[in-house]
Amino acid sequence: MDKANMKAVLQKYTMIIVLVLVTLFFTWRTGGKILLPQNISNLISQNAYVFVLATGMLLCILTGGNIDLSVGSVVCFVGAVGAVLMENYKMNMGVAIIAMLIIGTLIGAWQGYWIAFVRIPPFITTLSGMLVFRGLSNVVLNGLTVSLNSQAFLKIFGGGADCFVPDFFGMEGFNLTCMLAGIIAVAIYILLQIKGRLNRIKKGYEVDPLSGMLVKTILISAVILVFAYKLSQYKGIPSALLWVLIVVLVYGYITSNTTTGRYFYAVGGNEKATKLSGINTDKVYFIAYLNMGFLSALAGMLTIARMTSAQPTYGQNYEMDAIGSCFIGGASAYGGVGTVPGVIVGAILMGVINLGMSIMGVDANYQRVVKGLVLLAAVIFDVVSKKEAQK
Amino acid sequence: MGKILLEMKSITKTFPGVKALDNVNLKVEEGEIHALVGENGAGKSTLMNVLSGIYPYGTYEGDIIYNGEVCKFARIKDSEEKGIVIIHQELALIPYMTIGENMFLGNERGKKAAIDWSETYGQADKYLRQVGLKESSRTLIKDIGVGKQQLVEIAKALAKHAKLLILDEPTASLNESDSQALLDLMLEFKKQGMTSIIISHKLNEISYVADKITVIRDGSTIETLDKAVDDISEDRIIKGMVGRDLTDRFPKRAEKHIGEINLEVKDWTVYHPLYTERKVVDHVSMNVRKGEVVGISGLMGAGRTELAMSIFGKSYGTNISGVLKIAGKEVELKNAREAIRSKLAYVTEDRKGNGLILSNPIKINTTLANLDSISARGVIDKDKEYQVAVEYKEKLNTKCPTVEQNVGNLSGGNQQKVLLAKWMFADPDVLILDEPTRGIDVGAKYEIYCIINSLVAEGKSVIMISSELPEVLGMCDRIYVMNEGKMVGELEAEEATQERIMAQILKSSKGE
Repeated sequence: MDKANMKAVLQKYTMIIVLVLVTLFFTWRTGGKILLPQNISNLISQNAYVFVLATGMLLCILTGGNIDLSVGSVVCFVGAVGAVLMENYKMNMGVAIIAMLIIGTLIGAWQGYWIAFVRIPPFITTLSGMLVFRGLSNVVLNGLTVSLNSQAFLKIFGGGADCFVPDFFGMEGFNLTCMLAGIIAVAIYILLQIKGRLNRIKKGYEVDPLSGMLVKTILISAVILVFAYKLSQYKGIPSALLWVLIVVLVYGYITSNTTTGRYFYAVGGNEKATKLSGINTDKVYFIAYLNMGFLSALAGMLTIARMTSAQPTYGQNYEMDAIGSCFIGGASAYGGVGTVPGVIVGAILMGVINLGMSIMGVDANYQRVVKGLVLLAAVIFDVVSKKEAQK
Repeated sequence: MGKILLEMKSITKTFPGVKALDNVNLKVEEGEIHALVGENGAGKSTLMNVLSGIYPYGTYEGDIIYNGEVCKFARIKDSEEKGIVIIHQELALIPYMTIGENMFLGNERGKKAAIDWSETYGQADKYLRQVGLKESSRTLIKDIGVGKQQLVEIAKALAKHAKLLILDEPTASLNESDSQALLDLMLEFKKQGMTSIIISHKLNEISYVADKITVIRDGSTIETLDKAVDDISEDRIIKGMVGRDLTDRFPKRAEKHIGEINLEVKDWTVYHPLYTERKVVDHVSMNVRKGEVVGISGLMGAGRTELAMSIFGKSYGTNISGVLKIAGKEVELKNAREAIRSKLAYVTEDRKGNGLILSNPIKINTTLANLDSISARGVIDKDKEYQVAVEYKEKLNTKCPTVEQNVGNLSGGNQQKVLLAKWMFADPDVLILDEPTRGIDVGAKYEIYCIINSLVAEGKSVIMISSELPEVLGMCDRIYVMNEGKMVGELEAEEATQERIMAQILKSSKGE
């Protein structure tokens, strides 16, 4: 019983364990450099777009292993349009932001329409989108770089030198705001856990064993606190982190707690059964791609802010980062399986491997080789462990 | 006593945590038809997988003695070389290849890499004639029916020079006349000296065809009955399978309260979704009352499923015309959602393909058709969902450790219960049950019948589509007979017999 339990726990948290092991490996190889506050801060800012895109990609993959190849191009196109509007046409920042989100969503609607209602295979539709929007980005930018000067925009979306949430206390060498935010987050998390548990007990529902819950809560709280502490030692909360948190929390909630989220899993699990259960499956596909367009727009803003410019080459291979994170994070290539927290772990794992190898000075080409092999290994592991479970 | 062709001695096979086979013994004489019966999960298929080398030598204990020698099969090819060929329940033919190509797949005719097509098709035609199939071997598999596909599988086995033919549920997806033809073919082969093992749930077929019957229960051999000396009536076999007398296979209903008409269709006509000029359902009229179980009987392909699905929110077909009345009011249901809102439920015959999400847990499957009732403003109350799933699990006596278990890991009977739970939770007034007991064992069937009875006792209406005549006769108050898309008869329970129903079907077929 205990052994079986242990095995189930190991299987459930495999990727987290792998993440810890990989981090330890790089800590050893880089002499602890990877855990320096600055590096942790960079890990977030550099990979913000991956978190956002991978979350959107998860919804597409859930519907049946369908991927969106166009996200890199859409990120570039939306960024290009935004930069041109703000810099060349001097458009108000707020209006430009809304315009960018609308453009992204419309692109999502365009692709979603063909995929959901005309049933063009997603691979073809988004391959077309990949070419079209890469081309249009070049057209919009005239093949040139447009640099961004709007300081407010850079600050909000985490770009430039000063892309952190301001510190209200001004302590030397320590960002108290960040630490406090971490403590508050932990407090809210613990309160929610307790409240949920009490609620269930009150209604007479079954609850998990207390010890398991305690271990989980303490571990998660500790991770948040250490993370906040590290960031406090550098410049505080990167503003990109706020966007990532919003996306992760909102989509984590949608996928696990709402009927809409449930439909994504159902369609991927068995489309015919879902349709016969009175669910409009066409609409589910449409929403998945519509939403992907919306999140691509957000990732586009994060990208041009971080680079403080827009260029026709931005966003290349972003789709691969997002897709890779999903599969490493446990999403099934056949659809119906995968979670937002899992995908985030996948994205962090990719980020840690990137960062660790960069610090070690591994040649960029070898970095690609390693990342490719990690992706394959993750999926092999997934498939093999499922076979084991069936035996 | 003939020569013993095959003997399986004290076979024991364990999977992690479960003993699937426990000291099983099986003796098959040369030239006989030996039936293997048992409830679902009793271990019949596992035993055959051991025999054919799917579970290689070394993964089980015990001996296989075939033709006087001990065999150690490491893979399927080894057993096939000895002439042991198994035909699985799910047909393994490739739709876009010809009969001939399928027949010699993995066993190609010709030299080395080059396939000799004239030999392939010449030989294929020869084997097709042996099984009595009048099709060219150049026909694509997708263009022939399931019955003929089953014959192709047998021809394929012959092409492998089968000496011992194992048929796993060969008639599961065949209609009555195709089944009969298949059984007669088996008897014909027997005359020619072929030995066969048949696994089947259909006991009447087994009584008809088998010389000996071995009963397996819970992974052990219970007994072997010999047609020459023992009683092999259906009741006797069932007794062996379930370990007790099942005096009544159909539970009695306490009291019948049949009320007013709940659902009615008139002149219902449906065309095929792809071949739009083909009528699948032809001016059908029928009704079901409150508290009534109405059966729709007919052969495979009679249009019963198509009728049911087209009523259920036009989930099948094009150009649907006719009048649909629910509780006296004329309605038009455009999709499954509207059908569910109008208190209709359609429990599919294809629970794996159209009914359940196998990769998801029981609780998610249970609530899928009625998520709104456990959610507020689009947010699911997961605790409530869990409660609902547990409640239905207990109500229907679904056997599973927890409701968090994935449906794919359940046995057929328990999957069927989850599917029923899902639609009962959708709170319908009219349930259309399409082959509700297909491929599940006798014990679970009885439980499903009890559930149906309790549903009508609550005043709901049940339309039961079934190909098993005893079941229709045992359960229904009224029986419609459908053939070739038309309603060809309506019988009250008292006047209905198997012969009468078959007669109506045959009469209408000739009349065309």
